Amino acid sequence: MIQTFFNLEIIAASWPIVRAGLLNTVLLSLLVVPLGLIGGLILALLASVKNPVVRWPLMAWVDFFRAFPPLVLLILLFAGLPFAGLELGGFVCVAIAFFLNTGAYYGEILRAGIDSVPAGQVEAARSTGLSRLQAMLYVVLPQAVRNVLPDLLSNTLEVVKLTSLGSVVAVPELLYQARQAQSLTYNPTPIVVAAIVYFLMLWPVVRLLSRLENRALARR
Amino acid sequence: MNAWDRFTETFFNGKVMLKYLPDILSGMVVTIELALLIIASGLVAGLALALLRSLAIRPLNWLIIFVVDLFRALPPLVIIVLIYFGLPAADISPSGFVSTWLSLAFVLMAFSEEIFWAGITSVHKGQWEASRSTGLSFGQTLMNVVLPQALRLTIPPLTNRTIAITKGTALGTVVAVTEILGQASSAMSNSYNPSPLMMGAAAYLVLFFPVVVAARWVETRFAWKR
Repeated sequence: MIQTFFNLEIIAASWPIVRAGLLNTVLLSLLVVPLGLIGGLILALLASVKNPVVRWPLMAWVDFFRAFPPLVLLILLFAGLPFAGLELGGFVCVAIAFFLNTGAYYGEILRAGIDSVPAGQVEAARSTGLSRLQAMLYVVLPQAVRNVLPDLLSNTLEVVKLTSLGSVVAVPELLYQARQAQSLTYNPTPIVVAAIVYFLMLWPVVRLLSRLENRALARR
Repeated sequence: MNAWDRFTETFFNGKVMLKYLPDILSGMVVTIELALLIIASGLVAGLALALLRSLAIRPLNWLIIFVVDLFRALPPLVIIVLIYFGLPAADISPSGFVSTWLSLAFVLMAFSEEIFWAGITSVHKGQWEASRSTGLSFGQTLMNVVLPQALRLTIPPLTNRTIAITKGTALGTVVAVTEILGQASSAMSNSYNPSPLMMGAAAYLVLFFPVVVAARWVETRFAWKR
């Protein structure tokens, strides 16, 4: 059993491959998390314009991406667009898909955060002479982000986990590299190692989230 | 032929669509079966774990917390790949369908346990004490007093999580499950035309968009009263 799933020789042999994947997963996350946050911020700022002409299409946009599996979006970009003469490569496709998909989720969270800041805050800020934009940036957003910090963190955890989809379009991240190593060695050990790496990397975040959620509940 | 005609001819080719419609429909059936199995088993297992946890047996709780953390930290695709490509080395060869079902059910179990548990702990202590003092047993208190209050609170976060995880059925493609995306991809490579993929995308929207809209309604209906 240990020979099959936790073969030390294979771990030693495949570690450089898996480690390269880990590095790419970290880099990919560092790219797609800010990208999704920017997308979400744009959506949330647009939604704070209390105009039904803006609000309804936005809601439809967000619901569309909540209904659409990210993998389908990714395949659509990766395998569909070339038929329109646009070949983007796996990495760019992942970036675009994450911008759209996780942007919708971040947007929904930030919108809830902005809604949670009392209207009096905006009124007070505006009456001291801040412009609408300044009031949003310096007064509302900092409070909004603080209010939804656990949700933002939880979504970020999901985004980092989602980078494993890159393996489907040949982005050499952790899972892809582990599967390469597996097919080279005919042994599932590299995948087990990748799973352990994911776990060790993300467990602290899960623990922290669990704490934050419990604390939020205790305050009710 | 102008650009627009060429575009529709490529992405919305009627002939290709008609030919592969049955495939997409059968894919939808598989997706629905898989989704229902995941939801039923995942939620039942999650509730069972939360109830076990309320018994407050220390070592058991540590184990539950570890299992929950494990399935919250691992990407679903990694679990699917581990079961499908890993287990055969131990002479257990689950099909792609079973691998996807088990993986996503475990993930939903973990997330729903957290939510159920949060719901149970959010019920005020006085509720426990009051029901116990009227002579209800621990089990009766849990079932008749605490759970009804707790479950109501868990509905909005639970619907969101369940949708997000159920969408993961598309991951089954990676392990050759013939669900919508799988059918659409193979139809695309057989016909060398992306129209089946567009149909597949539409199929997902047909299935999930009403659910998301319904979830939005549920969210406001059962929102936490502050």
